[in-house]
Amino acid sequence: MGFENFGTVSFTAEAKVADFVTYLEQGKVMTTRCKNCGAEYFPPQMDCPRCLGTEAEWFELKGGAKLITYTTVQYGPSGFEDDAPYTLVIVDFADGLRTFGRLSRDIKESDIKIGMELKVAPVKQANDRISYEFQKA
Amino acid sequence: MDEDVAIIGVGQSVFARKCGVSVRELCFQAYKEAMEGLDITKDDIDASITCSAPEYDKQRTPSGLISEYLELTPKPAFYVESVCSSSSTGVRIAWSLIKSGLHKVIAVIGFQKMSELTSREAAERMGRGGDIIWESPFGVTMPAGYAMYARAHMAKYGTTEEQLARVRVKNSSYGVRNPKANYRKELSLDDVMNSNVITSPLKMFDCCANCDGSSTVIVARGDIAKRVSKTPIWIIGLGAATDTMTMSGRKSLTGLECSQEAGKQAYEMAGLKPEDIDVAEVHDCFTVSEILAYEDLGFAKPGEGPGLIDDKETYVDGRIPVNVDGGLLSKGHPIGATGGSQIRTIVRQLRGEATEAQVKGAEVGLVHNVGGVGQYGNVTILRR
Repeated sequence: MGFENFGTVSFTAEAKVADFVTYLEQGKVMTTRCKNCGAEYFPPQMDCPRCLGTEAEWFELKGGAKLITYTTVQYGPSGFEDDAPYTLVIVDFADGLRTFGRLSRDIKESDIKIGMELKVAPVKQANDRISYEFQKA
Repeated sequence: MDEDVAIIGVGQSVFARKCGVSVRELCFQAYKEAMEGLDITKDDIDASITCSAPEYDKQRTPSGLISEYLELTPKPAFYVESVCSSSSTGVRIAWSLIKSGLHKVIAVIGFQKMSELTSREAAERMGRGGDIIWESPFGVTMPAGYAMYARAHMAKYGTTEEQLARVRVKNSSYGVRNPKANYRKELSLDDVMNSNVITSPLKMFDCCANCDGSSTVIVARGDIAKRVSKTPIWIIGLGAATDTMTMSGRKSLTGLECSQEAGKQAYEMAGLKPEDIDVAEVHDCFTVSEILAYEDLGFAKPGEGPGLIDDKETYVDGRIPVNVDGGLLSKGHPIGATGGSQIRTIVRQLRGEATEAQVKGAEVGLVHNVGGVGQYGNVTILRR
């Protein structure tokens, strides 16, 4: 199982980090830390250009996260026609990792404030697709 | 100066939503303008570099096709791509090939025929513009990427949507005078502010339009440039840099680090400072992109870019005139052709031939051309 059911539209399936999707199904949003030098990555990656290591361990993205910026998209690309409007966000975790994703539709655009506290959670979508989103902390 | 490198010819086609001609014919329009009036023929061109974003092309490996149509065979033909900044990258490569001694005169030909794709095909490619594993599955688009920069700039510095809109008002006031621009209507602040939201806070008139177009820049070794051109325009500064493809990889969301780095390199190579620039073309694919460029290139301090447009300092008679040919916002944005069109404008400014709006006595000009959402940055400084 790879990325074929990840997000609203997927474009490719295979990757060494496909366990990301398995963890989502288990209810966790995870990313990686290089086993050799300890460098942390988001998006997750098994390969470490800093020490040339090829093994990483998974850890959960949790705890306080803060909204850095956002936009509400009115016109989506192919496959997103029925999805728009949706809000894309960049969110920083307390340990410094910067992440990207969707904001929960439960938060109205007028209630979005830069700097607001958020948390990340896996979400099941229609047609057996799976993703993650940022929700009110 | 014989060992230096100069631009001896520039040209562009009319930029239009639908050009109605083939890619080779489209490229010929720009090539013709660039070569006319020069004391050289096609036989003096010893290499060509074609620049486009291949995902929009039906023709595979277009460099060979264009080389044939211009009768440049058997001279070598190269192809370079850095999305929207492809033809600035092409000029950088041309400079290097001439400096190395491998070539003497190079034609850099940029083009894009966006109308070859149906709107459905274009939307499909738009969906693959981000990292296809980690960001495209969420529905990220080019305007959305810049909109996130706009929102972060507004939050940090108090920048307003009106200030963004004023960039379009300025650029439209010059676009109306540019016979090669796609959009030739003057827009008021209300027109821009009342246009449909595309991806908040960016509205329709905050965005440039895709279109068809071509550009050509003829680059030559100094001794040849002096012999064949009345007014060679010297390439005195080059800068190129990258930033991450993923939005989550960006350290700053209030400025483009690829622009800052490319600008620093170009100023250093030219031995100049931002205040030495007489006229600039910056990559205004969106209104916010021009504001970011003011700051990234040192025309304003971080956070003070909006003040430049408020005070009309970037109009033709202001302290640092920017995009006084209408910019991408008026001209349109045929991806691979855009950098060459910007270079054409600055060359015409430095020759004193800019009929749309001439900056009086311009000696030094700067071209800032960005690929993707701040992914590839190119800055080129030219001197008369």
